[in-house]
Amino acid sequence: MSLDAPEKTTPQARKITTKPRVSDQIFRGVVTAFSFSALVILALIALFLFLKGFSALKAQGFNFITSFEWNVFVDDTGKEVAHFGLQAMLVGTVVISIIALLIAVPLAVLTALFLTFYAPDRIKKILITVIDLMAAFPSILYGLWGYFVLMPMAIYWAQLINKWLGWIYIFDVPEPIFSRSPFIAGIVLSVMIIPIITSVSREVFSQTPLDRVQAAYALGATKWGMIRAVVLPFGANGVVGGSMLALGRAFGETVAVFSVLNIVYRTNFQVLYTQGGNVASHIIQRFGEAGATEMSALIAAGLVLFMLTLLVNFFANYIVTKTVKSGR
Amino acid sequence: MSTTTVKPMKPWAATPRDRALTTLSVVLAALSTFAIVAATPMKGKIAYFFVFFIAWLVIDSLFVLQKNGVKGVGNGFAEKLTFLGALIVMMAVSSILWSAISRGAAGLNIAYFTQNMRNASIFDPIGMGGIAHAIFGTLLLIAIAIAISVPMGILTALYLTEIKGKAAGLIQFLVQAMSGVPSVVAGLFIYAAVILNTPLRPSAFLGGLALTILMVPTVTRTSQEVLNLVPRDLREAGLAMGATQWKTVALVVVPAARSGLITAVILGVARIAGETAPLLFTVGTFDSYNFNPFVGQNSAIPVIIWSGLNAGSAESIQRAWSAILILLIVVLVIFVSARIFGKKSMKK
Repeated sequence: MSLDAPEKTTPQARKITTKPRVSDQIFRGVVTAFSFSALVILALIALFLFLKGFSALKAQGFNFITSFEWNVFVDDTGKEVAHFGLQAMLVGTVVISIIALLIAVPLAVLTALFLTFYAPDRIKKILITVIDLMAAFPSILYGLWGYFVLMPMAIYWAQLINKWLGWIYIFDVPEPIFSRSPFIAGIVLSVMIIPIITSVSREVFSQTPLDRVQAAYALGATKWGMIRAVVLPFGANGVVGGSMLALGRAFGETVAVFSVLNIVYRTNFQVLYTQGGNVASHIIQRFGEAGATEMSALIAAGLVLFMLTLLVNFFANYIVTKTVKSGR
Repeated sequence: MSTTTVKPMKPWAATPRDRALTTLSVVLAALSTFAIVAATPMKGKIAYFFVFFIAWLVIDSLFVLQKNGVKGVGNGFAEKLTFLGALIVMMAVSSILWSAISRGAAGLNIAYFTQNMRNASIFDPIGMGGIAHAIFGTLLLIAIAIAISVPMGILTALYLTEIKGKAAGLIQFLVQAMSGVPSVVAGLFIYAAVILNTPLRPSAFLGGLALTILMVPTVTRTSQEVLNLVPRDLREAGLAMGATQWKTVALVVVPAARSGLITAVILGVARIAGETAPLLFTVGTFDSYNFNPFVGQNSAIPVIIWSGLNAGSAESIQRAWSAILILLIVVLVIFVSARIFGKKSMKK
């Protein structure tokens, strides 16, 4: 018997590869392609607003930002004369947003503190739902409410402020007309942005490290002492970030502001007087009757607004993601 | 041997004396409020409210001072102040809700839901003409926006959670930036890019495109949160069974997150349902039904409200309030259903 050993066959080593299957390649390709839609959309917005607004920007130059005249007419020789300046509108937007923040930030922070540290559980749940719901109200509802319900009250408040603090320039008025003022627009906006600031602040406050809270109590702090020593320093960045997110929203708000603001092409710092400006509302107001030249200027105004909100949002998101995720 | 059970003590609980003092301070504050408002030229509900609050603050602080000292006064002060802040916010919300309900309800009737404005002018009395065409228009707009933005949003979220490619950080940042695009700019963009460049004229389709820009970030961010909640084990189990990544995502991850993804879509709809500004550029207005999404102007509830407000006649403003009530109810229903689906996905 011969002992012919069967010839050894060493199996070919299986080829190990990390190359995905075809189906996975397609899947990854499609998902990756779609994920760039945000980039494409933002780029297209900037591109088309720039292309269509370019002629106005070129014709007006720096006057587009610095002048406050906004008119277009045909002079005696039949030549079209156009002055487009956004200064009054930009200043108005900032003034209204600042008023809104001055009202909204204290209220929102107090509400967030109440929700996190004082409210009983059941009330807390209801309040959080209501505030979330408030963020989902259509902006035109705020506009209608602001015009028909708030304005009569706010005019009375404005008269009071003017009576007692009228010696300060910003609370003075050239003539006693208090309706449709930046002050009222600011109040309406403040109600709109309160939910944003409240929810961000609440999230940051609730992330306060428990050991620090308990350390403060162990040292004999009262609840308010604990909040002042631990929670507020910890949450300050989050409040700032939330307020900036709200500022971005306030800059871009259109319909609600338009309903309660008298848009006048004059830079005005007297906030109680019926004269204000707002870039977004201005676009809506002029859009209907704009000719080709003015349309280009309105699109350029949209570009300015887009850049402004993008910038504010960039800083806001930077601060919020940094604070909310990692604490401090 | 007898054991004595120690009765649990609650030294922090309010004693009958504390409760009596609290009641007393409220009563005293109320009395002094009437006295002060009567004696000074102040008037109105708001004056009563603030005077009462200040009086209560002072009187209660005196009681606290006597019991807990100066530190206690600061503590009580802060507690009442936060309560006041929350109360003012709630007053604003209830004022908004109440005005919509009380003023809107007057204009509701059958005709309002079944007729359109083709044969009715803005001056016609309530009972003639309705917003059925606008309800249809809004539903059409929402359907178009969903059809475009849901694939976009969910696929972007899948890129951020499943593939986690090199660009994930950038995409995340851009999605956040996109959520800050003002609604008026979205409308202006569609106007500048499409209407000024192509033969397409304002239509429901273009309105849907403008709304998509506003809806995509909401859908993306919510889906991303939900997909992140799906346990890692599930994905690893899928891959370990030999499934490809595509199969794992399609058969394991997405079904696990299903109700959460529905919530994402619902929240996206809530974001756009009440948008007015972009529609003014891209949809226009129409008095009757327009079933063609690509040709011809259409109508939507927010635009109806807008034009009703600007028309200025008593009847048109009444119609605007009724329309806002309907829009509010729609948003409420959307909101509640999002809550229900959200709770479901949390349980899983």
